[in-house]
Amino acid sequence: MAHRLMRTLMLLLCVLWSAAALAAIEVREFDSSLQKQRYDSLNGSLRCPKCENQAIGDSESPIAGDMRERVYQLLQDGRSDIEIQNYMTERFGDFVLYNPRLTGRTWLLWGLPAALVLLGIVVIALIVRARRRASNHALSAAERERLDALVNRERTQ
Amino acid sequence: MFSKIIPELGHFALILALLMALIQAVVPMAGTLTRRPLWMAFAKPLASGQFLFLAIAYLCLTTSFLLDDFSVAYVANNSNSMLPWYYKATAVWGSHEGSVLLWSLMLGGWGFAVSQFSSQLPRDMVARVLSVMGMVCVGFLLFVLITSNPFERILPNMPQDGADLNPLLQDFGLVIHPPMLYMGYVGFSVVFSFAIAGLIGGRLDAAWTRWARPWTNLAWAFLTVGIALGSWWAYYELGWGGWWFWDPVENASLLPWLAGTALIHSLAVTEKRGSFKSWTLLLAITTFSLSLLGTFLVRSGVLTSVHAFANDPARGTFILVLLGLTVGLSLLVFALRAPRVSHSIGFTWLSRDALLLVNNILLIVMTVTVLLGTVYPLLLDALGLGKISVGPPYFNALFVPLTGLLCVFMGLGPSSRWKQMSGRELFKRLLGAGIAAVVISAVAPFVYGGEWNVWVSLGLVMALWIVLSLGRDLFDKLRNASNLGIGLKRLSPAYWGMVVGHLGLAVTIIGVTMVSNYNVERNVRLAPGESVEVAGYTFAMQGLRERRGPNFIADTATIDVSRNGEHRFTMQPEKRLYLARGMPMTDVALRPGLLRDLYVALGEDLGDGSWALRIQFKPFVRWLWLGALLMAAGGILAVVDRRYRRVKRRAQQPLASDTAGFKEAQA
Amino acid sequence: MKRRLLLLIPLVLFVVLAVFLYRGLALDPSARDSTLLGQPFPIFRLSTLEDADRQVDESLIKGEMTLVNVWGEWCPTCKQEMPQLLALEERGIRLVGIDYKDTREKGQEFLEEFGNPFEVNVFDPEGTLGFDLGVYGAPETFLVDADGIVRYHHTGYITPEDVEQRIVPEVEKWRTD
Repeated sequence: MAHRLMRTLMLLLCVLWSAAALAAIEVREFDSSLQKQRYDSLNGSLRCPKCENQAIGDSESPIAGDMRERVYQLLQDGRSDIEIQNYMTERFGDFVLYNPRLTGRTWLLWGLPAALVLLGIVVIALIVRARRRASNHALSAAERERLDALVNRERTQ
Repeated sequence: MFSKIIPELGHFALILALLMALIQAVVPMAGTLTRRPLWMAFAKPLASGQFLFLAIAYLCLTTSFLLDDFSVAYVANNSNSMLPWYYKATAVWGSHEGSVLLWSLMLGGWGFAVSQFSSQLPRDMVARVLSVMGMVCVGFLLFVLITSNPFERILPNMPQDGADLNPLLQDFGLVIHPPMLYMGYVGFSVVFSFAIAGLIGGRLDAAWTRWARPWTNLAWAFLTVGIALGSWWAYYELGWGGWWFWDPVENASLLPWLAGTALIHSLAVTEKRGSFKSWTLLLAITTFSLSLLGTFLVRSGVLTSVHAFANDPARGTFILVLLGLTVGLSLLVFALRAPRVSHSIGFTWLSRDALLLVNNILLIVMTVTVLLGTVYPLLLDALGLGKISVGPPYFNALFVPLTGLLCVFMGLGPSSRWKQMSGRELFKRLLGAGIAAVVISAVAPFVYGGEWNVWVSLGLVMALWIVLSLGRDLFDKLRNASNLGIGLKRLSPAYWGMVVGHLGLAVTIIGVTMVSNYNVERNVRLAPGESVEVAGYTFAMQGLRERRGPNFIADTATIDVSRNGEHRFTMQPEKRLYLARGMPMTDVALRPGLLRDLYVALGEDLGDGSWALRIQFKPFVRWLWLGALLMAAGGILAVVDRRYRRVKRRAQQPLASDTAGFKEAQA
Repeated sequence: MKRRLLLLIPLVLFVVLAVFLYRGLALDPSARDSTLLGQPFPIFRLSTLEDADRQVDESLIKGEMTLVNVWGEWCPTCKQEMPQLLALEERGIRLVGIDYKDTREKGQEFLEEFGNPFEVNVFDPEGTLGFDLGVYGAPETFLVDADGIVRYHHTGYITPEDVEQRIVPEVEKWRTD
């Protein structure tokens, strides 16, 4: 009960907050177009810790504004992207990284798709091998006729 | 007087629809098991009746909205007397309760359509299919009635006026986006029901796939349009200029789309060649299951999303039970009844069969990747391993190369032949297309952007490879005809559907490539009389004024846009304050074009008379949605193929095909 | 038979997923542990709300177990939380406030109206200390032990039940004197 109440309150707070500071379009000067690119890309890959699922570059919440400001300052200080990401995770946790780092708890996240591609190749190889053998077996007359009809129709389409 | 009881009438109609769905779920299926034709005959009239009462319930809710009946809690929370009538009518699906009602109505509608267009289907098949659809409908109607009743009253202390529809939803794109999306989600229930009916009845012959294919294509086309509309809406209404955020809600719609795409292709193999039957059945179950899973993710609150519905744990539990029963039972039926594999249908490495197998594997890997990324934070959290986020960088890193791989095989597919073909022939036919694709895409970045860009070239080579190899195939097919007219006539709608659908993907890929690499975004400070140049266009701020809308007040900026010193047009971005909710919103000024969009959003007053503006140049962004529309058109084109009508005529001898199908499944 | 077992794989995978989804229902996706747990309280140098000339730093938090509460006049939940904080102070727990993203006048008005359970309030108008604490809203509460190590973190509203069920047990757990 208390838990739900808190959530409702948090939600309410969130709405009030974003209402107070909507559409912050900051006008910033950059040393180079590369720096602007890095700023945009960091803004896109850091998650706003408050409110819902948004990158700090898209979010209207005040903390996202603070984080953009901090990203900008750190860029001006000549920090690298990794250093800036570390700076943020030290304060807000891994939660703010949209690009999760490969660690003990994320190996499955990065590894499973790769494993699936490999598995897929094996499966395809096994199936095609089996099917190739099957196609080498003599087909019944009826089957051959049906196949020929299908292949012919395909050609004429 | 009568108007006062409309919500109660709606509620009552909903209960009647539930009763009908219950009978529809039980009696026809029992009839097929006990071989009682009378019981089987219950299916069609019940499907019609259920749809009728759902429509009545739906109309009642709409009427309550139109009449501003704020004693109905759902109306009070999502409407307002100041709201224009068309938004009142569409506010019905503006929030959870009404959208679940719309879901159920559509489910009833698809069931009704199946009952109407199935006169040629064997009686027992219709009975089973409609029974399964009835079961799904029972689940959803129970969900509506128990946890999400839109007709609930707030009496006696009813509010004077409603809280208003969320301003984000007061928009044409959002008016039609959810219905399209739901039509897609729910539409997959048809092929799902065919699969379950086929498994139970043991009928899985070529006729089965021919019945299932048009329904699948149609649902897929709806889903494609729905996703495109959602992306388009986010692009112009959310005010960020992005068009895909890999948000859980977006992923929830992409999952059934990917699986559905795989299903369409595997249905082709199963129909033409009779192979991959179990796989096709599994895909049919998976596709609808992913639709349900998406609903769960969006509505239960287990994942945080920017678009999620207000969350209620009771609803989450209910949908999870529903999901568990539907998916669990159908997968159990699958495990028990799926037909045995026969290796009798052979093909070689280089054949359309093998290429479609690759297509399916890749699409499934993509589906699993999206699913994994979407639920991984939840998995870690459930294991007590902390909170992480998985977002665009992850999905892009995996999805883009997989799509590239898919495109390579997509180019080969249309020119290939079933069973086997000579590699030399394929090479000879496609060499030209391949070389042309590489050359053009290598040169294109110089022409467009003035310098080489490896990502642009890679993106374009994928799209061009698809287009040019399709062109080559079309050329080959027409070359042998005595004249062009005859040649074109001989090509079936199904073939054209494939061409248009594949072309659509190529168009979307071109859009994604161009807008991702040549997009320009600048935040500038402008006072009236000042101007700035972005991507070759000059934006001159003329002035600002205040404007009153029907239910908001707005600051409007007037910006003249010129190019090469020549005035082109005027743009008017706005900042609106919606009065009922006190909610400020940005209303972006958009100048759409086939080759580029210009996008201006108004920020805040910076104090010294100047305002912050976000100006974006988005090349080829329209191609994203244009491609999606082409894909959907391809899906629909394939439905009108004569083949499906022919098969109905053939199916008129149900006895013969009945036993044949049964034998095949038992073999 | 072996093949039937293979056909069960999709069902098994789904059941595993469903178990996770079921557990997910009971989780709060917005609740997160602070990265500061077990870490020293971040260094800072700011003035106090009460006296603009008095500068304080992290040594303020050391030496005695302290409950650090981040609040602001603009935050409606903070007002509702005040009675609980006053109750905690009455139990002899030392409280330090951080007036987060506020103006001095409004912050002082707030304390006059809703009571002041804090021994002292750090004035953080720019939210710099809040940023180093990983605060992304208010209220948030940190329990810091006598050595200046953060031991417990509470995001959001402290309900009257939370006082007994969470805060007091944590205080007892980390008390060293």
